[in-house]
Amino acid sequence: MSEKNKSLSLIVDGIIKNNPTFVLVLGMCPTLGTTTSALNGMGMGLATMFVLVLSNMAISATARFIPDKVRIPSYIVIIATFVTLVQFLLQAYLPSLYDTLGLFIPLIVVNCIVLGRAEAFANKHTVAESALDGIGIGLGFTLALTALGLVREILGSGSAFGWHFTNSDGMLAFVLAPGAFLVLGYLMVLFNKFTKKA
Amino acid sequence: MVYFLILISAVFVNNVVLAQFLGICPFFGVSKKVSTAVGMSAAVMFVMALATLVTYMLQNYVLVPYKIEFLQTISFILVIAALVQMVEIILKKISPSLYQALGIFLPLITTNCVVLGVAIQVVSSEFPYINNVMADGTVSNMMNLGQSVVFAICTALGYGLALILFAGMREQMEMNNIPKPFRGIPIALITAGIMAMAFMGFSGLV
Repeated sequence: MSEKNKSLSLIVDGIIKNNPTFVLVLGMCPTLGTTTSALNGMGMGLATMFVLVLSNMAISATARFIPDKVRIPSYIVIIATFVTLVQFLLQAYLPSLYDTLGLFIPLIVVNCIVLGRAEAFANKHTVAESALDGIGIGLGFTLALTALGLVREILGSGSAFGWHFTNSDGMLAFVLAPGAFLVLGYLMVLFNKFTKKA
Repeated sequence: MVYFLILISAVFVNNVVLAQFLGICPFFGVSKKVSTAVGMSAAVMFVMALATLVTYMLQNYVLVPYKIEFLQTISFILVIAALVQMVEIILKKISPSLYQALGIFLPLITTNCVVLGVAIQVVSSEFPYINNVMADGTVSNMMNLGQSVVFAICTALGYGLALILFAGMREQMEMNNIPKPFRGIPIALITAGIMAMAFMGFSGLV
């Protein structure tokens, strides 16, 4: 029972208490750059989650053998390997998503969330715990990106998940750069308002 | 002429922070004071020019001839990490004063996606305003080595411009009474949004 609770709390922590976007404010570049629509945001979140879970597992399994001095370059090589894998998979099976996300797929390598979790969590926990942490943080990131993408899509193109509910085109500025900063800013205000009571 | 177009495009029209969303973490992290913003911009420019030079040659003289382009991400990030480390060591030896000024920013740059982003962009994307005539007479929209390095320097200039302007605004905001849920990152994001709107005025120039 307690074992089950612990795994659940690892996942829930990643979504709320350690939410990578709203609380830790990490990985801002893909957060702002890829959320032009809900589906794009979700795709980016899931791609990052894939890399995060696998690299967390690989790093927690190998942390014992990696000398402390060269651990950061070693982590980067492990992460870059999985990113290359995601790049191939997306190119083969979801070419349209691959084209939209573009530059931001190889840039998962320098996403501070992935390296941050490797350094702060994976190298001192078991493989299973690291996988759960990756799933939790990955879900938190995916949810935040989907929410941000959804708001921008509704305001900017008058549709949700690609489904048009109005005939109008919406306010273009929300799909372009300024909208990304503004929507994320206001979403963060709301998140702060509801989670920090004091 | 083409270098002037690169300058306008990289600094204003496709500003790396406000239009392309690269290097956002340090944009919010080191923009509390103008002096640190200046230091960070200088360090980024230095590393980016060097990194683009090295990765451009790596791509065109190693990865492409041996048909191992799929190693691009891994090899580029390793080269950049090694380069940053090397710059740090060399700077410490030959110019302690410059090291004092830039030193603390250097380790941050490895994970700054501007450097990797520009390195990948110059070797893989086409730029409509570039028309290089190749040896076989065809016209290419890809940058050559010189243009790539100039593009990297101009991108860093654009980064510096956005960062320093933003730091100036944040210094002013310190004095103001901001509602509690807005304090810190949210108000910074909203300010950046308004700045991005101003930079949208440049779109269509190049």
